[in-house]
Amino acid sequence: MRVAFFLKEALRSLSRNAAPSLAAVLTVLMTALVLGVFIPIVQATTGTANSIRGKVVVDIYAKDTATLKQLHELRDALATTPNVKKIQFITKDQALASERKKHPDAYALLGSNPLPNLFRVTPKDPDKIDAIVDRLAPVDPAIGKRKPQLAAIDEVRNRRDETDKILSATGLVKLLTAGLTVLLVLTSIALVANTIRLSIFSRRREVEVMKLVGATNWFIRWPFVIEGVLVGLMGGVLAGLCLVIAKATLVDPLADRFALLAASKMIDFRMLIGLLMLSCVAVSAIGSGLTLRRFLRV
Amino acid sequence: MAISDAKVAAQRALTKKAARPTGTGTPVPVVGFEEVSKVYDGGHVGLERVSMRIGRGEFVFLVGPTGCGKSTCIRLLMKELEPTSGVVSVAGRDLSKVTQKRLPYLRRNIGVIFQDFKLLPNRTVYANVAYALEVIGESRESIRRKVPDILRLVGLSTKLHNYPDELSGGEQQRVSIARAFVNHPPLLLADEPTGNLDPETSIGIIQLIYRINRTGTTVVVATHDREMVDKMRRRVIELNEGRIIRDQVAGMYQYDESTSEFAVRLRGELGIGPEGHPN
Repeated sequence: MRVAFFLKEALRSLSRNAAPSLAAVLTVLMTALVLGVFIPIVQATTGTANSIRGKVVVDIYAKDTATLKQLHELRDALATTPNVKKIQFITKDQALASERKKHPDAYALLGSNPLPNLFRVTPKDPDKIDAIVDRLAPVDPAIGKRKPQLAAIDEVRNRRDETDKILSATGLVKLLTAGLTVLLVLTSIALVANTIRLSIFSRRREVEVMKLVGATNWFIRWPFVIEGVLVGLMGGVLAGLCLVIAKATLVDPLADRFALLAASKMIDFRMLIGLLMLSCVAVSAIGSGLTLRRFLRV
Repeated sequence: MAISDAKVAAQRALTKKAARPTGTGTPVPVVGFEEVSKVYDGGHVGLERVSMRIGRGEFVFLVGPTGCGKSTCIRLLMKELEPTSGVVSVAGRDLSKVTQKRLPYLRRNIGVIFQDFKLLPNRTVYANVAYALEVIGESRESIRRKVPDILRLVGLSTKLHNYPDELSGGEQQRVSIARAFVNHPPLLLADEPTGNLDPETSIGIIQLIYRINRTGTTVVVATHDREMVDKMRRRVIELNEGRIIRDQVAGMYQYDESTSEFAVRLRGELGIGPEGHPN
């Protein structure tokens, strides 16, 4: 009986205050839409940035004259170096085969194989790649150049310029998207809270009268909270519908062609929509309940 | 007949309170003020050491110029304000001991009528009155029975489904009286109930309040409507600058002077001696 009464009250005030209610629904809808578009974008960019960071490697070229034993020694030395995640040995022949695939015309003319044997080391933390290089080939102060520690090593290269560029660029992207996300979430909450405040503020006289007639706080509050839930639900459902339509018509056809859109680490779409709806309902319900508190002190 | 129904219910509500022994000593007053002072933030004095007792079934006018403290009294009784010092009590209960949580239950026993009606603008007449019953958890059947009854009593049986802004001022005030009285509170407060109404409508309103009083409900009316007070000849408590300056059993709006007293005052104002014409 009580639940039915509160629900009826909430529906009645929704329809009697159609304009502010519509404004609240639209606000929730807009913010949910923006968040729903932005969250996957942020995830895709950080995912891409991370996969690029994963491509940072150290190449250790072995001398052609190195013996098998020396190569084994080098391999063991690499295995004991800290911050090493993966060691990949690429033989002369393998290197030639892959290069030939990339540039068939250039390699067709070659008689012998000019490519060296190669150890490719992937670091655990791309930011500390210099430490690996320094350990394998520290800078010799006498000649001002890097000098390999082991006999088998011809040269150690970490593609320094590229690495630095990748690291700084991806770092910036991460920082930027994190900042934007925080800003956007804060703005959304402020916007929804403000719209709710406005619609309740316009009815503070009504609340005052209810208090004077002897209504308890929760008797007044429940219809407002239910109203908040309904507004949040409407906004959330509409936003979810828009997102589903947008995904089906715009994103899915493009996903095959653009790796960015199909980033594997992206949040599950159904979960995204569920989360959005839940937060819409929670924010508007709690917002109504809290805003009302100020007007209940009569 | 509706009015007898209301009467019976009100008396029933009152007999609950009347269970207290009243034979010896003074009965518990419905409204008690003991040395009550109220100083507003900013230093304006609303009430200064006001003491009064209003017994069950009384009809009392609080009169005085604007700002004399009439509304402060009403708002103290509603516990909308807290007194700076002194004790305000309703039916023997000290209001300062009523917690915020119990406050709604106190207010259900006090009907209030305001100058600006304070109706819920987006509810019909019926729903406005029904809200007072929904608040106290009445069943739907009893609401359906009581609301048309009380609206017939105040003479609005044809306007059940109108909204407040479709009614005249007098009709709106009748709705607010119906709302205040629908659950037969033992105490009815009215703050300038006729302040927004023309004299003829005012008479209808005050007659309605008087009828409610005759069912046994204690009524306190704050007003500066001279005509109304003079016509009713009820107990008058006059306030001025926060103090009680008169408490008269069947008073007029102004101090009731006899013809000879009036003559003396008039002569004094005209500068005429008691002997007669100066020339």
